[in-house]
Amino acid sequence: MRTSGDSSEEASISATKAVCVPGLNCYSCPGAVGACPIGSLQNSLSGMTFRFPYYVLGLMIFFGALLGRTICGFLCPFGLLQDLLNRIPFPKKIRTFKGDRKLRNLKYLVLIVLVIMVPIFVKLTPAFCKYVCPSGTLSGILLALGDSRLFAVLGGTFFWKLSLLILVILISIMIYRPFCKYICPLGAFYGPFNKVALMKMSCDKSACVDCGACSAVCGMGVDPSEDPNSTECIRCGSCIKTCPAKALGYEFSLRKKEAGDPLDTSA
Amino acid sequence: MTKRTFILAAILLGAAALVVVGVIQGQPGQVLSKAINICLECVGLG
Ligand code: SF4
Ligand code: SF4
Repeated sequence: MRTSGDSSEEASISATKAVCVPGLNCYSCPGAVGACPIGSLQNSLSGMTFRFPYYVLGLMIFFGALLGRTICGFLCPFGLLQDLLNRIPFPKKIRTFKGDRKLRNLKYLVLIVLVIMVPIFVKLTPAFCKYVCPSGTLSGILLALGDSRLFAVLGGTFFWKLSLLILVILISIMIYRPFCKYICPLGAFYGPFNKVALMKMSCDKSACVDCGACSAVCGMGVDPSEDPNSTECIRCGSCIKTCPAKALGYEFSLRKKEAGDPLDTSA
Repeated sequence: MTKRTFILAAILLGAAALVVVGVIQGQPGQVLSKAINICLECVGLG
């Protein structure tokens, strides 16, 4: 039986959805406690009259400036799902392929075209949510399983999105985080913040022995000894743990680092 | 203050200013009203 306590709890959980969470987290998901930044951005831009999305953009810039793509490494549910899928054994895992680097630019195109341009110019069309977002599809499956009326009205768009989701799931077993590398507009948004964010990484060149262990272990295809703040780095920390010379580390400090400074590799 | 600290402080202040302007315009309410209803586009129905 529902009590007034239940409904006030529900109301306070609902109220938290006025704030965007940092990661890709579909607000259609029954378990979501916050709003999705990419969904909210498209929704703000696709209104019948254009209003600049001060609030959502401000929050996204704030998250990016503090954490950069650490959000991808630790706070995004869809990133975690891909991480887990990649742990499934598969005879031939693909680390890179011809055109890998160029394909990474696709996510910037997705951000500009599907998340910004289409919602502005084609009203009421949050194109990324509607045609691509696999996180939304997952939520849709959960909702449809619990509501037969919803199940009955699932149509062509849903099945298109379902095919994309299945593709992402299958490819995630072979390639580390394919959605993050090539498609995610939120990863594209946060990537450039890696260069300036409060949470950074650094490589102590005087300690580095150029063994290549860090780039060999990096699933995102980064060489952190050369570019510790690459737009592709999700701050997972695998390279820090692997480095035999303890040359790599997280860096939260704002002060300029002196040559030979010991790095904090305790993480 | 290093160049990086300056850039970061400017970005954080700019972001905070955007959030304040958005709150004054009532934009959190718009985010909430979309987020508490099932997003038909997200699910693939819209
Ligand atoms: S790139 Fe996108 S899906 Fe991947 S972890 Fe980052 S926000 Fe999540
Ligand atoms: S292994 Fe290192 S360089 Fe690669 S994504 Fe993780 S933290 Fe970044």
